[in-house]
Amino acid sequence: MDKRSLEENIFKTLMVGSTLLILAVLLMILGTIVVKGLPFLSWSMLTQAPKSGYYLGKEGGILNAILGSLYLTGGATILAFFISLPVTLYLNVYARRGSRLVYVTRFVFDVLWGIPSIVYGAFGFTLMLFFGLHTSLLAGMITVAFLILPIMTRSMDEVIRMVPNALLDASYALGATRWETAFKVVVRQALPGILTAVLIAFGRGIGDAASLIFTAGFTDSLPSSLFRPVATLPLTIFFQFSTPIPEVRGRAYAAALILTIIILIISVVSRFLTKRFARHVVR
Amino acid sequence: MESNAHIRVNNLNVFYGKDHALKDISVEIPNKKITVIIGPSGCGKTTLLKSFNRLLDPTDNVKVTGEVFVDGENIYDPNIEVTHIRKKMGLLSQKPYPLPMSIYDNIAYGPRLHGEKNKKKLDRIVEHFLKTASLWEEVKNKLSAPASRLSVGQQQRLCLARGLAVGPEIILGDEPTSALDPKSSQHIEKRFLELKQHYTIVIVTHILRQTKRLADYVLFLYMGRLIEHGPAQEVLENPKQEMTREYIQGIIS
Repeated sequence: MDKRSLEENIFKTLMVGSTLLILAVLLMILGTIVVKGLPFLSWSMLTQAPKSGYYLGKEGGILNAILGSLYLTGGATILAFFISLPVTLYLNVYARRGSRLVYVTRFVFDVLWGIPSIVYGAFGFTLMLFFGLHTSLLAGMITVAFLILPIMTRSMDEVIRMVPNALLDASYALGATRWETAFKVVVRQALPGILTAVLIAFGRGIGDAASLIFTAGFTDSLPSSLFRPVATLPLTIFFQFSTPIPEVRGRAYAAALILTIIILIISVVSRFLTKRFARHVVR
Repeated sequence: MESNAHIRVNNLNVFYGKDHALKDISVEIPNKKITVIIGPSGCGKTTLLKSFNRLLDPTDNVKVTGEVFVDGENIYDPNIEVTHIRKKMGLLSQKPYPLPMSIYDNIAYGPRLHGEKNKKKLDRIVEHFLKTASLWEEVKNKLSAPASRLSVGQQQRLCLARGLAVGPEIILGDEPTSALDPKSSQHIEKRFLELKQHYTIVIVTHILRQTKRLADYVLFLYMGRLIEHGPAQEVLENPKQEMTREYIQGIIS
């Protein structure tokens, strides 16, 4: 075999190998949760709040955490969206093309993206003390909003950047203002991507535990107020894992399974919606 | 000196950062004729065209000095309202960019921006301008289909109709046939020849044959300078400047 085809084969093997490795890891993770969690998954787990002694293996469920996570992340996603969209539209429509400010802003968001979530937790906690808030749904929402803001903004930015300048010019040439161009053309063109960005951010937010320890707290009751502590799935997984009781640890796997299924549903829905909204997109 | 030219350029200079893209351009674009801007790539043809409807604005670091009068108004006057200037001109870009919406909405986009809400009037506008661009027969049964599904040639005609629908008196074309196949190009050229009865048309092109077919008036740019301009026949057949002659003979490009 000559050198060039040898090269070709080595790299092919490496690439196939890496792909299989990643697939294997993914399947092992899923397999672990399903095998260990499925036997403990029950209807009552999905529909009840923990009763007394739940963490010692008694009756109850984790509805508190399911609802808590959905409310908290839903709220955080909405908050982040109302900041992300204007920021990205500013960067891509209002700011001058190729300006320094745009470059710096993108860089800052990339840095923010890399900051560990526990740091966001600490920052949220400081803010909370400053405003005299207690651990609560609201504090958790705000903290997670900070955490997912860079993710949502940069993902949105990447798709909106793909909108050709000539398309904007076409709209301007018809006498549209920048505002009209932003909302009637850019948002429509990038809609599938914007939606994906929102759901990626949601997925990231709902899986995060570290930012919530100090800010959202934990409770066994269902979420009832913005100003009360709220339970979340990652933390309920953490607490259940922390016990030595096999029954409770099994439920931790079941909770992880629930979280994974929620994220799976979101991905599937996002795929579906992306296709639907792509109808008018100009390629 | 009063002039009734729609577009009058006076001492126009454009800088991109340190790059001096257009140098002291002064010219009048004759009304209701086809003016073709020719010159080698990078000579400032597109910049000059874009300066007519202030499409240079969104670019960073761009500096414009001098004046461009459109219907007697200096469009680089800081007090000018830019959308009303742009409304006076339809633009065709190199590659057609339909807006991400239906065929109907593409045409209705401009009129709607400028306040037309009456459904019947919009219907009439859409039909009228699609006919003007000779696209009506091909799309009349699928007006609500996404514009992106049309062929490139059809898209360019759609863009023409869309530009005309805001009621401009000027049409700007930036190499409007460069992405099209010969048949579609011919289609567009034919429309231009019809439209010059009612519109002032300015086209950028690097195709000399196209210039010969379309031009009534020619501007030759080289390295940011307006080397020569005049009636097409004079410039193309009997250029006064050496450089123009060399370009037309294909010596410089």
